Amino acid sequence: MYNPLATLGKYTVSTLDEMGRIFLFALKGVKSCLLPPFYFREIFRQMTTFGFYSLPIVGLTAVFAGMVLALQTYVGFTRFNAEGAIASVVVISITRELGPVFAGLMVAGRVSSSIAAEIGSMRVSEQIDALMTMGVDPFKFLVAPRILSGILTAPFLVLIADIIGVMGGFLVSTTLLDFSTGSYISQTIQNMEAIDVISGLVKAAAFGFSVAIFGCYHGFYSDLGARGVGNATTSAVVSSCIGILILNYLLTALFFGI
Amino acid sequence: MSKIVFEDVHKSFDGGLRVLNGVSLKVEKGESHIILGRSGCGKSVLLKCLTGIMPVDSGDILADDISVGDKKRSKEYLQKFSILFQGNALFDSMTIIDNVVFGASQKNKDKSERRKIAEEKLLAVGLEKRVFDLYPAEISGGMQKRAALARAIAVEPEILLFDEPTSGLDPVTAGIICNLLKETIKSLGVTALTITHDLRVAEFLEDRISLLNEGRIVWTGHARDMENSGNQFVENFHRASNVITQRSAITAE
Repeated sequence: MYNPLATLGKYTVSTLDEMGRIFLFALKGVKSCLLPPFYFREIFRQMTTFGFYSLPIVGLTAVFAGMVLALQTYVGFTRFNAEGAIASVVVISITRELGPVFAGLMVAGRVSSSIAAEIGSMRVSEQIDALMTMGVDPFKFLVAPRILSGILTAPFLVLIADIIGVMGGFLVSTTLLDFSTGSYISQTIQNMEAIDVISGLVKAAAFGFSVAIFGCYHGFYSDLGARGVGNATTSAVVSSCIGILILNYLLTALFFGI
Repeated sequence: MSKIVFEDVHKSFDGGLRVLNGVSLKVEKGESHIILGRSGCGKSVLLKCLTGIMPVDSGDILADDISVGDKKRSKEYLQKFSILFQGNALFDSMTIIDNVVFGASQKNKDKSERRKIAEEKLLAVGLEKRVFDLYPAEISGGMQKRAALARAIAVEPEILLFDEPTSGLDPVTAGIICNLLKETIKSLGVTALTITHDLRVAEFLEDRISLLNEGRIVWTGHARDMENSGNQFVENFHRASNVITQRSAITAE
């Protein structure tokens, strides 16, 4: 007879088991980042993939986010005659939240999937076994460079996303909403605080870590065959997006919690 | 002293599937030993246990008296081996020469020496310089096999392991690769352990053959003795392999 409680219990245990595995994997990954040998060529290659090739999609997302934010804020704020606050709303929203989260989610879709697919294919084609038989620790060669590239490049991506996002808001405000260029820029500078940008960059580093860890974990333990690699890719994207949203709340509470 | 010793090795997978059921075998120094068996009999698992990729459930595997489970000497243990994988396992993100340089780098040689060794090994396995800077996906299966062999010997191992070395190759290329493997074993004077289901490959490379069936070594000897081994499984395997060879020859004609 079908027992819903047993199913729920089984699901809970397997979820906790998976979370424990991911935690231990992340711990081992961090340890690999701190101890030699370091594969600098691989780190550089991953930084290029993670950072440089993500720039177009992150930039595009940021500019539209800034533009939409300016329009929506204008529509809402005119009801209270508070249109003058648009510049500060745009800059605070972009630097604190939209820049890091949108960039993180876009990178999760682009990079986490590619990490999982690459490592999963390496598992299937025995390349990870080959590393092990050569005495090369796969964690140091595959996982550590990806974690380092995630932590190091994501803040730069978010910094660029912040600038482009604010520029998007500026463009809409000055061309469509009749704001003067000088007053918009001076309001933006006056209302932006260092903590807004710093919190966004710290979030970015955490999101980069999340993207790398979930991509590596699901690739590393993917089932064999094309279907296994496909499932690993999907799981990597879903998990890293969830990871980003949870980390976003925790870090927001840490920086601005009341 | 034997070069490789399997002592009553057992290995099961989740769900109770027993793959290795007490494998015991000795491979002597300088010998080219073949482990022959049907598909799914546990040959590749045995190789993975030997190289420490998979842990054994019980029993032990020794190479020069170093146990596979000895964590303090695991680097010394692993440095004895080099493996030619069934699917070649060349690193996709590296060019052919970088793959071989990566193999050579595991012996801590300096950069220019590694490059020189890599070029020597690639030329030794019959690859032309024009393919050195190509990626594995850009060359044929036979070339990939040669490149993988070059990477395997660049490590300067004491023991060469070949996992289904002719799998996926046409008969002509398979013949060329078999010749290359035999020459390599002879010229380097290494101990070789080959895993295959193909009796023709086994006959060509053997000093001795061991037949694996249902997770155990059921017979060890020379190919010429298989027909009259007195073991029903061995004789049936020999007969079935010969029938396939004869049918292939007729089809080819």
